[in-house]
Amino acid sequence: MAETGHGVPRSPGRVVVAGASMGGLRAAEQLRAAGWTGTITVIGDEPHMPYNRPPLSKDVLAGTASFESLAFTPRASAADVEWRLGTTVASARLDERVVGLDDGTELAFDGLVVATGMRPRRLRCDGPSGPGSGRHTVRTLADARGLRDELTRPGVRVVVIGAGFIGCEVAATAKGLGVGEVTVVDPEPLPMLRPLGELLARSLHRRHEERGVRFALGVGVAGLEGEDRVTGVVLTDGTVLPADVVVESVGSVANTEWLDGNGLDLSDGVLTDEQLRVGGHPNVVAVGDVARFPNARYDGVPRRVEHWSIPTDTAKHAAKSLVAHLVGSVAQPAPFAPLPTFWSDQHEFRLQSFGAPALGIADVRVLDGDPEGDVLVGYHCDDRLVGVVALGGPAATTGAARYRAQLLAQPALIS
Amino acid sequence: MKVVVDMNKCQDHGQCVFSAPDVFQLDDTGRLAYVSDPDDALRDEVEEAADVCPLQAIRIEA
Repeated sequence: MAETGHGVPRSPGRVVVAGASMGGLRAAEQLRAAGWTGTITVIGDEPHMPYNRPPLSKDVLAGTASFESLAFTPRASAADVEWRLGTTVASARLDERVVGLDDGTELAFDGLVVATGMRPRRLRCDGPSGPGSGRHTVRTLADARGLRDELTRPGVRVVVIGAGFIGCEVAATAKGLGVGEVTVVDPEPLPMLRPLGELLARSLHRRHEERGVRFALGVGVAGLEGEDRVTGVVLTDGTVLPADVVVESVGSVANTEWLDGNGLDLSDGVLTDEQLRVGGHPNVVAVGDVARFPNARYDGVPRRVEHWSIPTDTAKHAAKSLVAHLVGSVAQPAPFAPLPTFWSDQHEFRLQSFGAPALGIADVRVLDGDPEGDVLVGYHCDDRLVGVVALGGPAATTGAARYRAQLLAQPALIS
Repeated sequence: MKVVVDMNKCQDHGQCVFSAPDVFQLDDTGRLAYVSDPDDALRDEVEEAADVCPLQAIRIEA
């Protein structure tokens, strides 16, 4: 057994996967699929095996899902993966091929997968904070269970800060649970304006309002009122919204502090090349929403993507590039070029997207239907279709899927 | 290979259709139909279909 310079025993052939969420699981499975026969050790800070997160803001909040129904079933090929749960990767020395865990132990690796994901960004303002303060985020199973317990109290008043995917889903679910007062606050003039553009944002706004969700738009949060528990949200225009529960859905922060000191670009997630390799280290790759990668399908600008499909897409490509390096293969896979897709369920409506609508937000055209009912819209850049989004029932979302092949067939968009 | 879809979980997202079109299809009303005993040569694409199901409703048995 080889030794590192710091006396850490180096197992022959170990890939460490830092992060045990969906990205970590998919990475482990895809390492096996790519032919890696060495040890795979996955390290995760939650006590749970990987589970599916989209139901947290919907079914878990509504009380219709159990943990068993959320847990992923790992592929049979990943049965021998070593899971170290309830443990955090605290540091890394990439040049020495060692990671440090929060209990002080060090683990040598030949290959490393960065899959540590994101954590919710928190409001920076005065006011009560911490457990029992009535302030919530929705990222983990524990978060969703804690919020559900508070939403089911009679007469509870809820303020959701942030009208993005999570904020809109939580507001819709809270209404479905029978919460009387649900108000969504956002500095933009419409919910989900930036990812979807005005036409669909306006349509969503109307659908939410018709179902009793209130909005405070074009206004920020100045502070929270209350001593031990929140009692109100103070807006920048001086309005005070009474609140027993505040849900903060104001974006997320990449979990990359453990990679500090390695000379990497960690300005927004971890920057990778077109093979998902990190900072000149061919034995280190990144997967999931922590990876900031260029998409060869679009303009070459590296971006993080927080869609559900990204852990699987990135894991497949990153595992091939990592295993090729570890086994000394010279084959270079084609640059990573996923077709983005996302969906969101709000009230009885589904949003379904293919492509990159945000790149075509200046030129939005109705392809089918009507914004008052089921609607399918196309997003264009230089007169080229770059994304489609459906809003409505199953017929609308099936319509969006019909454009997927067309979006896949488009040549790369270089600006 | 035996494929089982939990139809109580399935919400007709149709992502499986893109990965394994010979095994999964959406009918005219947008509901899922599938082949429960596909040829073993399709295992890779069926595994991919199971991975991309947002509801994780697809199970591969043996």
